[in-house]
Amino acid sequence: MENKLNISSSPHIRSKITSGNIMLMVTVALLPASAFGVYNFGMSALLMLIVTTAAAVLTEYVYEKLMHKKITINDFSAVVTGLLLGLNMPPTAPLWMGALGSVFAILIVKQLFGGLGQNFMNPALGARCFLLISFTSQMTTFIYDGETGPTPLAYIKEGSMESINSMNMLLGRIPGTIGETSVIAIVIGAMFLILLGIIDLRIPGTYILTFVAFIGIFGPMANENIGFFDPHYITAQLCGGGLMLGAWFMATDYVTSPITKKGQILFGVLLGVLTGLFRLFGGSAEGVSYAIIISNLLVPLIEKVTLPKPFGKGGEK
Amino acid sequence: MNSCTERLYNGLVKENPTFVLMLGMCPTLAVTTSAINGLGMGLSTTVVLVLSNMMISMLRKIIPDSVRVPAFIVVVASFVTIVQFLLEGFIPSLYSALGIYIPLIVVNCIILGRAESYASKNPVLPSVFDGIGMGLGFTVGLTSIGVVRELIGAGKFFGKQLIPLADPSTGAAGYTPVTIFILAPGAFLVLAGLTALQNKVKNNAAKKGKKVPETSGCGEGCGSCGNTACGGKVFPTGNEE
Repeated sequence: MENKLNISSSPHIRSKITSGNIMLMVTVALLPASAFGVYNFGMSALLMLIVTTAAAVLTEYVYEKLMHKKITINDFSAVVTGLLLGLNMPPTAPLWMGALGSVFAILIVKQLFGGLGQNFMNPALGARCFLLISFTSQMTTFIYDGETGPTPLAYIKEGSMESINSMNMLLGRIPGTIGETSVIAIVIGAMFLILLGIIDLRIPGTYILTFVAFIGIFGPMANENIGFFDPHYITAQLCGGGLMLGAWFMATDYVTSPITKKGQILFGVLLGVLTGLFRLFGGSAEGVSYAIIISNLLVPLIEKVTLPKPFGKGGEK
Repeated sequence: MNSCTERLYNGLVKENPTFVLMLGMCPTLAVTTSAINGLGMGLSTTVVLVLSNMMISMLRKIIPDSVRVPAFIVVVASFVTIVQFLLEGFIPSLYSALGIYIPLIVVNCIILGRAESYASKNPVLPSVFDGIGMGLGFTVGLTSIGVVRELIGAGKFFGKQLIPLADPSTGAAGYTPVTIFILAPGAFLVLAGLTALQNKVKNNAAKKGKKVPETSGCGEGCGSCGNTACGGKVFPTGNEE
């Protein structure tokens, strides 16, 4: 009873959910994908995940210490950034590359713009694109079962659908980055977040639906031997590359996605169209990272046009 | 005669066109992929800047106020054409590396800015020194950006391989260049980093009690300011505390 009679200024009822809780849950949700990555690619994948996560946390700590700011490494946001970056690295990349990416993500994309809540694009994806542009060959060489080979997406891009085994793609027994291969492991983590109410279907759902519609319609234009809404082609596109990881874990980042409901739907549609454009008509087979960071940059504009009208405002003049 | 040295100091440190006034960003970001390109661009601009400042200062009582900008452009464009032909004839490698950015010196806002705000109002000698100071400030800015970008992005210093590169095919250990630094995003990262560094140095000097120049281009009124975009309104320097 005493607690209810406080005379402090509002708010009086506070949620127990903090950004620390949410980030911890996201970390937990990323564990299935991480575990499968380690199972699939072995110790080098585990080392990469540890290095990127440790480097991200350490960078955050050192920067905040040097700048005499509040130390925020306990809120797990640096852990999530480091882990996501690790999941986006090929298992064969040198470890220093992962560490450099983490430093870039935390220092330049996040802290220099004001820390958690102020970053203008997803730090992990910003760092991935930084590494992708800087070290293209190391970031796009995938060795699987001792063989260097193209990813299934690269085969699809060339139009050779025969070698594509959708079951392996669903399970994750394919070359790729550490965390992107297993659709099942990613979706298990995503279901966990949806059940907890941390993410909802609005962004990932519209993203995936728009993408399916886009490649269903325009797939035949990019490749002659693909039919209109070819189910085999669509399944392979959905399960290949970083689409699932991006849609469930990176497009839904609170800081870099719109807060209005209409805005979230617009954001998902934009992501789907951009990813489809990059994958079908771009130079590379993959386009999820670039689609997400470009859409991140448009978030302030999306929020501006979808600003809800307060009751009583607007109408005829 | 202190106004000449003052002009040099003003251009190099106090109102450095690259790091303080942030003028001429187009060539700054585009051509600084290597130190030698930055140096070449800076020196070409300096030559044009000194000559055009001199000529415009000489003609300042003849040029009618209403057509001054076209007149300045004609003067600047003539000198740029001369520089362009000289470069093409004597340093063809630099000429091809700088490409379109040589003719674009005509519309470089440092040159037009200095003509408008200084040379057209001041006698010949200070104007020449203003041109030398500003030009050298620009050259120092471009060269330092070029050095950093070339070093990180290719492991080279003025075209010489300073750090041996790693070779994945033979497995030889060495430096793996961070290619993004010689691409467009690297220009922004290095420019921002160096600007922050020189602000830090100036702030530290201020803390030690040394007399420090204002960091804004509005230190001594609009007469000496190259930034014509503010339309005469004095901006707060952001350096009061």
